[in-house]
Amino acid sequence: MPELIFRQPDGSTQLVSAENGSSVMQAAIRANVRGIEAECGGACACATCHVYIAPSDLLLIPAAKEEEEDMLDGVCAERREGSRLACQITVTDALGGMIIDIPDRQY
Amino acid sequence: MAPGTVIIGASHAGIQCAATLRSKGYEAPITVISAETQLPYHRPPLSKGYMTGETSPENLALRSADFYTTERIDLRLGKKAARILRDKHQVVLSTGEKVDYKTLVLATGTRPRPWPGNDMPHGIHTLRAFNDAQSLRTRIAETSGPVVIIGGGYVGLELAATFRKDKQRDVTVIEAAPRILARAASSHLSNVLHHHHLSAGVQIHTGTGVTGFESHRGTVTGVRLTNGTVLDAAIVVMGIGVIPNQDLAEEAGLPCSNGIEVNAYCQTTDPDIFAIGDCSVFLMNGAALRLECVQNAHDQARVAASVITGEHQSYHPVPWFWSDQLGLKLQTAGLIPHSGTCVLRGNTEEGRCAFFHFDTLSTLTAIETVNQPALHMLARKILAANVSPTHEQAADPLFNLKHLL
Repeated sequence: MPELIFRQPDGSTQLVSAENGSSVMQAAIRANVRGIEAECGGACACATCHVYIAPSDLLLIPAAKEEEEDMLDGVCAERREGSRLACQITVTDALGGMIIDIPDRQY
Repeated sequence: MAPGTVIIGASHAGIQCAATLRSKGYEAPITVISAETQLPYHRPPLSKGYMTGETSPENLALRSADFYTTERIDLRLGKKAARILRDKHQVVLSTGEKVDYKTLVLATGTRPRPWPGNDMPHGIHTLRAFNDAQSLRTRIAETSGPVVIIGGGYVGLELAATFRKDKQRDVTVIEAAPRILARAASSHLSNVLHHHHLSAGVQIHTGTGVTGFESHRGTVTGVRLTNGTVLDAAIVVMGIGVIPNQDLAEEAGLPCSNGIEVNAYCQTTDPDIFAIGDCSVFLMNGAALRLECVQNAHDQARVAASVITGEHQSYHPVPWFWSDQLGLKLQTAGLIPHSGTCVLRGNTEEGRCAFFHFDTLSTLTAIETVNQPALHMLARKILAANVSPTHEQAADPLFNLKHLL
């Protein structure tokens, strides 16, 4: 059960125990993390579970597939180098202690 | 405590409305009443990920159980609203209990259109709620014979895809209209999908109706078609559309047609009563529109919450919709015009293409995409900005549509 750190735009953080094999989005929803909307429930169809991963941490997780890359084109907040969709990132031990920043808006 | 907002229905619209109210700083009590007993859940996976077993019941939850406690949302599961007493601002539950409201939000959704015939043998399913999905899943596991799906709409086709691809079943789709998705997609997209299903081994009979069922000891064994054929069936799924749950509103004297009528603020004729999601019907460009999709549920919920908190946003949607079937990601943005021009971008044979729909004035009104999520996201922006490419620009994959924004 790696622990993820969700950080809101105001700097407040929330430590969340996530289950290996679930998605970062599911971990956030289960822990009631604000700012992750996930309207489509993980179908990679809505781009409302947008998060920012520190570029140095991106190396620790598999790169975004084409479908996710495509959907990232449509995120509402600013798209940055570390932009990902939380529903497409699988939780593994490698994510332990990782800071996941929540954008200022999802729609 | 003074009464606050009571929401009837705990699906996408109802829960989004409660969540948005709290995120906008609404402090009064919020009560959500649901006849279902499950923690509110995502419906789209019921025909896809949940049916294959890939999505666990826990991962269907719209929000965690914690969310309702933290946000002070009184979630009353397993309670049925029986009546609205508008003069007293009360909802009466089937138990006789009364719940006071200042504002009432109807997010009552829809129910499967009932089969017009009489006796229904065992083994005929519909799919709308979690319990329906449960019994269908059980029945699929317990049988091995052919599956007949009545109705070639999105739910029927998604189930056909799931049963064919993931369960290797013999699947036949029966559609009374001349083509599948006659109501929800253009003929061009119907065509692409039709061929895709055929190559996956799904049988499709269009322009064919159902006259009745064959059964043995009360369990369905076959489906009788209007052309005289009888198809063997171990399971039948009825996907012949839905009807809006508007009885409560009608009995309370609120105008209803095909849905509960609301204005651009999602209000009924009673300004203290809102209707949102699949159950509501509203005017867009002069036409009555009732949308059955997640986008509409969420966006109307946000509009209603904004009005309740005094912001008075109005609803000007770019409807969007998605479906995943047999490796195709189908996405639609906008509304397909009754008449106009359709321009193809890309190649339908390659499984990545888009149909641009223009009305008779050459204004772009909808884009249907196949395996082109980036283009879909762009389509939503282009339609929201009210800009139109020319037919030539639409057809040219090298023309960057971002230049229009």
